[in-house]
Amino acid sequence: MKEEYLLKAAEPAAETNQSLVLSPLQDIKGFLFLHIGRSFLFLVTCVSVLAVLLIFYFVIRQALPFAKMASLTQFLTDTRWQPESDQPGFGALPFIVGSLYVTFLSLLFAVPVGILAAVFLSDIVSFRIRNIIKPVIEILAAIPSVAYGFFAVLVLAPWMQKRLGFSTGTNILNASIILSIMALPTIISVAEDALCAIGAELREASYGLGATRVETVFKVIIPAAHSGIIAAIVLGMMRAIGETMVVWMAAGNARQIPTPWWDLSQSVGTMTAVIAGDMAETPKGSAHFHCLFMIGLLLLLFTFFLNTISEYFLAGAKKKMGKTR
Amino acid sequence: MTTEENDMQTQPAGKAKGGASPFIRLDEGKLQPKRKVDMNSIAVVKSENFNFYYGSKVGVKNITMDIYPCSVTAIIGPSGCGKSTFIRSINRINDLIPHGRAEGKLFVNGHNVYEKNTNLIRLRQQTGMVFQRPNPFPKSIFDNVAYGPRLQGIRDNSELQRIVEESLRAAALWDEVRDDLKNSAFALSGGQQQRLCIARALATRPNILLMDEPCSALDPTATGKIEDLIDQLQKDYTIVIVTHNMQQAARVSQRTAFFCLGELVEYDLTSKIFSNPAKKRTEDYVTGRFG
Repeated sequence: MKEEYLLKAAEPAAETNQSLVLSPLQDIKGFLFLHIGRSFLFLVTCVSVLAVLLIFYFVIRQALPFAKMASLTQFLTDTRWQPESDQPGFGALPFIVGSLYVTFLSLLFAVPVGILAAVFLSDIVSFRIRNIIKPVIEILAAIPSVAYGFFAVLVLAPWMQKRLGFSTGTNILNASIILSIMALPTIISVAEDALCAIGAELREASYGLGATRVETVFKVIIPAAHSGIIAAIVLGMMRAIGETMVVWMAAGNARQIPTPWWDLSQSVGTMTAVIAGDMAETPKGSAHFHCLFMIGLLLLLFTFFLNTISEYFLAGAKKKMGKTR
Repeated sequence: MTTEENDMQTQPAGKAKGGASPFIRLDEGKLQPKRKVDMNSIAVVKSENFNFYYGSKVGVKNITMDIYPCSVTAIIGPSGCGKSTFIRSINRINDLIPHGRAEGKLFVNGHNVYEKNTNLIRLRQQTGMVFQRPNPFPKSIFDNVAYGPRLQGIRDNSELQRIVEESLRAAALWDEVRDDLKNSAFALSGGQQQRLCIARALATRPNILLMDEPCSALDPTATGKIEDLIDQLQKDYTIVIVTHNMQQAARVSQRTAFFCLGELVEYDLTSKIFSNPAKKRTEDYVTGRFG
């Protein structure tokens, strides 16, 4: 068999008189196709980049007039939010605090659960079962957020009032629980990819030295995958901080900083919810209108910052076998 | 086979002092294998009609061979013949592969490791393994070597330092890295990484070293160093080495087993396998006419 193959390779090509030189027409055709195709693809790619830049431009342009109409320090530090009164107060601090509060609380649930679930999928359960469970978890990400909102308002809120004795069902705890469920698929999926990328070699090395599964996971696999796991957490955080519909429905939209801060049964408003709630009733060009854009700009900066962090760590995860640890 | 070890202490298999644990530590002061046996009295690894299947596919079948202490046993054979399967069955690292299934008996230090009551952690401490590609952990050199001892509960820093130094010395790496123990293991060259992996395996004080093509990812110079190291280590350790390289088998081993299609074709002294094999298939393979 080996010999047959060799014989075939030694035979000359069937028609050796075909020229290898391109005719001038073929040459120009190839040149045009190459460049037209290339510029077309470049344009298509540019559309999405352009969209991002335009959004930034638009938001900044609408937000800037606010700086002339009211004071920015007041915007960032004051807690009085009365945009429609005779002496309007544009203190956005309650919403900034509300957004951060709900986000971090939801991560407090979602991160440990998400990472343990990722470990379960990557290291404990058999590959066949993992291939069933993972798509199901990823379906969670595909459920529209308004459906989660329904669940929060119709199921979780009455339950909290009845069983936990909360005065209102739409509160910090409610919104955080729903947000954490929404952040879970992102965290699990990205963290599981990071854990799987570590490969069998390090696992075998660890087991071969007499490590148990728990020791292998916590001393070798998770440290080796740390950059991917951090990226997973940041991506989950972005999901939570940018979420609008659920917090609007479930957090109660109060214009206050929760006091005492540990009382989770209070309502809060978030930056996203106040934009979505107020935008429709705001006269175009008013200080209130521009103020909402300023909040939007702030939110955009938050997510942009988080995105940069996650990109950094994902890049780190890709070259994880680099020089230093 | 060398004979200097004849004065070694004789330990009947599985019946050392220490009650439940059949394993003792001979010498607290020096890095030594936990248990030595008279090389003439008993095989350290003994397989009897051992089979391993991947699902319905046969990995190895009907392997019966004894591996003798304080010597190097090479396993050669064409790709896919079950060499790696067999060596990975010895410390049961093959358990990690889904649908793997073992039949028959495989004794390590006198205990059939496929019994239900096997202490896998001790088994793997007693059988250090070196893999095809150097696979150091993304940690410092020190932490790599100290990984095994730390798992065994050694926390004392001076004790850890002593073990790390002895292991690195035993792996002929100490002089090259003594000043860089805090550096990442990835800063080392491939050959150094592989010796680091050997040091890491030695740090758990095994008496058996399983090497699964340890030089296949290394250049000739690094390979030479590893082979010298194997020569050194065989005084104290039972070494099983899987290799594609027949010259390597001839250079380092005292005994050679030839595997083909999952079966053990021939197992004898290396000199005999390479000069005067009993089976036609072995002769064809070692002379390069097949495989």
